[in-house]
Amino acid sequence: MAQEHAYDYRAVKGFAISSLFWGIVGLLIGILISLQLVYPQLNVTSWLTYGRLRPLHTNALIFGFTIPAAFSIFFYLVQRLGRTQLAFPGLAKALLYLFNTAIVLAALSLFAGMSQSKEYSELEWPLDLVIVVIWVMFAIIIIGTIVKRKEEQMYVSLWYILATVVGVAIVFIGNNLVVPVSLFKSYSVYAGANDANVQWWFGHNAVAFVFTTIPLAIFYYILPKTTQAPLYSHRLSIIGFWSLVFAYLWTGAHHLIYTPLPDWIQTVAISFSIFLIAPSWASVINGYGTMKGQWEQMRTSYLVKFIILGITFYGLQTLQGPSQAIRAFSALTHFTDWVPGHVHMGTMGWVTMTISAGFYYMLPRIYNTELYSVKIANAHFWLVLMGQLIYSVTMWITGIRQGAMWQAMEADGSLVYSNFIDTLTPNYAFWNMRTAGGIIFFAGFLLFVYNLYKTIRLAPKASSA
Amino acid sequence: MFVDRNITEVTIMDVDKKPVLFIILAVVTILAGTLATTFIPLFMGTASPSRENIKFYTALELEGRDIYIREGCNNCHTQMVRPLKFETARYGDYSTLADSAIDRPHLWGSKRTGPDLARVGRKYPAAWHVIHMKSPQSMYPKSNMPPYAWLADRDLNTKYTEAKMKTLGYPYTAADLRALEGKTEMDAIIAYLLRLGNELR
Ligand code: HEM
Ligand code: HEM
Repeated sequence: MAQEHAYDYRAVKGFAISSLFWGIVGLLIGILISLQLVYPQLNVTSWLTYGRLRPLHTNALIFGFTIPAAFSIFFYLVQRLGRTQLAFPGLAKALLYLFNTAIVLAALSLFAGMSQSKEYSELEWPLDLVIVVIWVMFAIIIIGTIVKRKEEQMYVSLWYILATVVGVAIVFIGNNLVVPVSLFKSYSVYAGANDANVQWWFGHNAVAFVFTTIPLAIFYYILPKTTQAPLYSHRLSIIGFWSLVFAYLWTGAHHLIYTPLPDWIQTVAISFSIFLIAPSWASVINGYGTMKGQWEQMRTSYLVKFIILGITFYGLQTLQGPSQAIRAFSALTHFTDWVPGHVHMGTMGWVTMTISAGFYYMLPRIYNTELYSVKIANAHFWLVLMGQLIYSVTMWITGIRQGAMWQAMEADGSLVYSNFIDTLTPNYAFWNMRTAGGIIFFAGFLLFVYNLYKTIRLAPKASSA
Repeated sequence: MFVDRNITEVTIMDVDKKPVLFIILAVVTILAGTLATTFIPLFMGTASPSRENIKFYTALELEGRDIYIREGCNNCHTQMVRPLKFETARYGDYSTLADSAIDRPHLWGSKRTGPDLARVGRKYPAAWHVIHMKSPQSMYPKSNMPPYAWLADRDLNTKYTEAKMKTLGYPYTAADLRALEGKTEMDAIIAYLLRLGNELR
């Protein structure tokens, strides 16, 4: 602890708090839109309609929760793994203010219906420019710190951090090339099928460089740290890293199966999607391998539970995803609630669990204290696990059900359920269960925030400066 | 004491000691699939059909499309009929490249909370849409679509219409623009809906 003061944790703390705050906002909107799907009277005014709030939910949890969690934890990791102080601390402070201002403006613009309409690229061009500035500042701090590091070797987590820095930059800029017609309105430079192809190249690689490399960077650091066991295989992490970063970019068109996009692009995407199982499972195997002889820690350590369940959901997610890419599977589940079931096993299981573990590991350390309550952390664990399972399982069931009803045909070639509404209404019971799952998950998240709040409040004052 | 020895012994390639080289390699790796599956096809033109037979959007239809985007209708409705028997039986002809050739952005969608709309313009008359948009529940008591009655109370903002048509390169006349006077947002979105499925001349 003697040299603890040598690190600069101000931005780490600021972004942690931002992430938790926007996380609460994003989850509340998730619960609201889940309710709106069953109770349309909850669409009370134009800016509270489902069509405007759904992008707010996704943007709040991607840009408001996951990204600042990455800023926070990455600013910690680059210092610890490089044994050096954060580069450009003044820039990091400016970044914190700029970031939160941008998120407020982003939320207001989505309420107002300003949208480029492409999923996760909804924000209009002036905000896109701000995001580019934010990302450049982030990159300068991360790369600056890594360049002046004192530990020669860059550990695996730093590779995933660097991949996040360049990957997000490339796909974000590629998908947001637009021609403005006014301050609040623009048109994509791409048209039709090309626009769709670029969009899902972006979309799937938002999954790669936000929902995969960010939690993986955290995972590779805190798993060996927490278990005090050496990482199972470095060779595996090297192979896993480069093949993951290579293969992800070829798979975007698995979102466009059976569309008029040229068939070869779809087939290439399907093949690479299946190949992706290998690099994804490299990390899963690394996780389980590291636990060899240590499994009793699943009982004794709440942190290990978060990490191992997180990587397990990652493992399931990366088996389910490639299956969905197959034509016959896509024909049944594409466009149905199966897909939100898939999405939320990844986001509520893998991403949120791993980020939670990251904060639980990091925050007590930088405040020179212990976690306020392990009991609450355990309650948090069980609630988010239950909430997520309810969400995913109900959506898988009703997704298959609806997909099957859409397909059902009589012998004479007519549809069994020719009224769309008859295939929709059975969703309501499942959506209500999903809302319940969401509320349980949210309760767990509130316990998490409370636990961290108490931890910080009760920390010895001298170190929290 | 900052880093456990046992988690930093990665010594297989030297690239993990050279961050700038590492970044260059990562960018090249990322660009391979990016170019091969996305940007090279863009320039090959295999996904860009001829626009010869395509009806351009009228000024009113385009404004309607922008309202569709503003309201996020694409969060619940696809515009993509797949070439599968049960899809064409429900919605009509499957979607082709030509259908969306001039669409910037595309509106294919990813979730069908409501039905596909790619061919909806062939299905109902304007009067049906007015009632349905104002209160979907009056048509289908169990529908979960939000009511959009307020669109009928809002005058269409035509300040940027000409700039939009120019940006997209759609042909228009002064008379087309003048015809927008007095139109509401409801008129515009319904004009757009009526066009869906009638893209070709
Ligand atoms: C091997 C890895 C993966 C593959 C091959 C894969 C494949 C797929 C496929 C084929 C779809 C489209 C389903 C459809 O529309 O019919 C999809 C959707 C999605 N996946 Fe995955 N997945 C993988 C891992 C993940 C992970 C780790 C996450 C993390 C959260 C994730 C998040 C998403 C999201 C957010 C969507 C929804 C996109 C949308 O329609 O808006 N996926 N995935
Ligand atoms: C309280 C927990 C949550 C609830 C109740 C909830 C609810 C919802 C609902 C109702 C949708 C729309 C589904 C549809 O189109 O039919 C949705 C979509 C989405 N949510 Fe959540 N959500 C929650 C947590 C999260 C978290 C933690 C994340 C990310 C970190 C997330 C990311 C997303 C994404 C990326 C989509 C788009 C999915 C797609 O395109 O298929 N959600 N959510």
